[in-house]
Amino acid sequence: MGLLDSSGDLSAEMEVDAFRRLFPLRYYERHLAESIRPDGRPLGRARDTTVALGAVSSADGSALAKIGSTVGGISLSSIEFHMPPICSPIVRPGRPAEAAVVVSKQLSDTILSSGMIDLKELALVSGKAAWMAYLDIYCLDADGALFDAALLSAVAAFSHCKHLSPFLIVPTSYTLLLSLIHVSARYSLAVQIPVVSVNDKGKIVAFTEEGDGRKLEKEAVNKEKIKLTLGSIPFSLTCALHKKYILADPTSEEESIMETLVTVVMDSSDRLVSFYKPGGPALAYTSLVTDCVALTRHRMKELEKILDEAFSGMEVD
Amino acid sequence: METDRKDGRTPNQLRPLKCSRNILHRAHGSASWSQGETKVLAAVYGPKAGTKKNEDPEKACIEVIWKPKTGQIGKAEKECEMIMKKTIQSICLLTINPNTTTSVIVQVVNDDGALLPCAINAACAALVDAGIPLKHLAVAICCCVAEEGSVVLDPTKLEEQQMRGFAYLVFPNSALSALPEGSYLVNGEPLEHGIITSVTHGVMSVDEYLKCVDRGRAACAKLSGFLRNSLQKSQFPSDTSSKAA
Repeated sequence: MGLLDSSGDLSAEMEVDAFRRLFPLRYYERHLAESIRPDGRPLGRARDTTVALGAVSSADGSALAKIGSTVGGISLSSIEFHMPPICSPIVRPGRPAEAAVVVSKQLSDTILSSGMIDLKELALVSGKAAWMAYLDIYCLDADGALFDAALLSAVAAFSHCKHLSPFLIVPTSYTLLLSLIHVSARYSLAVQIPVVSVNDKGKIVAFTEEGDGRKLEKEAVNKEKIKLTLGSIPFSLTCALHKKYILADPTSEEESIMETLVTVVMDSSDRLVSFYKPGGPALAYTSLVTDCVALTRHRMKELEKILDEAFSGMEVD
Repeated sequence: METDRKDGRTPNQLRPLKCSRNILHRAHGSASWSQGETKVLAAVYGPKAGTKKNEDPEKACIEVIWKPKTGQIGKAEKECEMIMKKTIQSICLLTINPNTTTSVIVQVVNDDGALLPCAINAACAALVDAGIPLKHLAVAICCCVAEEGSVVLDPTKLEEQQMRGFAYLVFPNSALSALPEGSYLVNGEPLEHGIITSVTHGVMSVDEYLKCVDRGRAACAKLSGFLRNSLQKSQFPSDTSSKAA
């Protein structure tokens, strides 16, 4: 099963798998010259993506996103990206992988700067109390493009909603910083924040309804189950650069061979949230920048469709 | 549309630059770089024998240690280390000394905006001072986008926080060659137009980002000239300062 090669080098006598391990760059370049990748994808195509909502029932919002075989699961209740040893052979227990720390930071920067969540909405009593939303993302299987899978699962979890139950509450005189009327992107059903009130000692407690006509001493601080409405949603695409080829959504093998990676994050109002290129041997010229942005726009439409389908699947329940 | 800046600079004006070489005597190479009030000290030790655990032994390994001015090392420092490591790897000739490690230690002396670009410039000067073989130098700049869409260069910390978004950009330095014009073109663009590293914060439109890249390139051409001049001066500790227009 040797490869035919007119220059008569070792590849003529070697098996494909051995050639792939010993000369990975040449193996890939042979494919790129035909505008295709070893897994059969064309250069600009990302892997199959699925999103499952409500993966963790105990959390207020959760989602499982799968891009190719990179899987990230998340529960929402500060933004942390964990890479447990299950995800990759190079991760050992104890010290967190370098990639985990960097993706964590990148994610928190992106989510906060994209304006998807208005932090003022998390305030409870102005100047005194506020909600804290903890975002934990667990990588279950690391096969390249970690940031893309993590961002997609974060966005899906923020948009995940549960059943809301109505409450009739005596209006209070507290000034509320929360505004319930928002113009939001399509995902207006969102994380459910429980109703709470402030007791005499000034602590926040869960609100319980007193049924027997007694005047409610404690009054709810937030009137209904608050919906966390989302601003414009960020979507990302990681590309690997090699000479003049741009490979969208690389696998971990491709990432390790072509050391230059570019992550472009755009939001649904077509603004650039982040253009992240941390060094690497290949330089990004203007034409490359515009090509990567075009690929990201294309991917954004695909991801919006996938999220829409996931939501309409949820609403049927 | 001129934005009024607190220190009276025009949008295209950089802060006073200062670069000193060979300040630490034990380190194999050292340099300090300051842009206005932001000052970073970089030291290079290497090449030392052996590479780190998961690194390729057929190439030289670069290790970056970032020391903040105060506080413990957290995620932001680890991210800066990773970005600097990848940037330096792309300018070093890694195949010349295989199976060695070169450590670059960055100490933040003062942070007044554009910290990462300052650190990259300092590290580059320190690498030259240590004699590490490089393909070309890297020059870094910070460009920010104001609310109304205009681009402002080299912000102070206050300006960085007030602007809508900013981008740290690193370009290769401009080449001086004896060969005629046109021999260093890649796809019709000269080598120094390629972006080595780009890190953005905040939202901006794609056109604003491309405007930042253009302005950044022009500023980096001037920075390259300054870097070249200051590195060519004598080997003994020299203090050169200049105001880029």
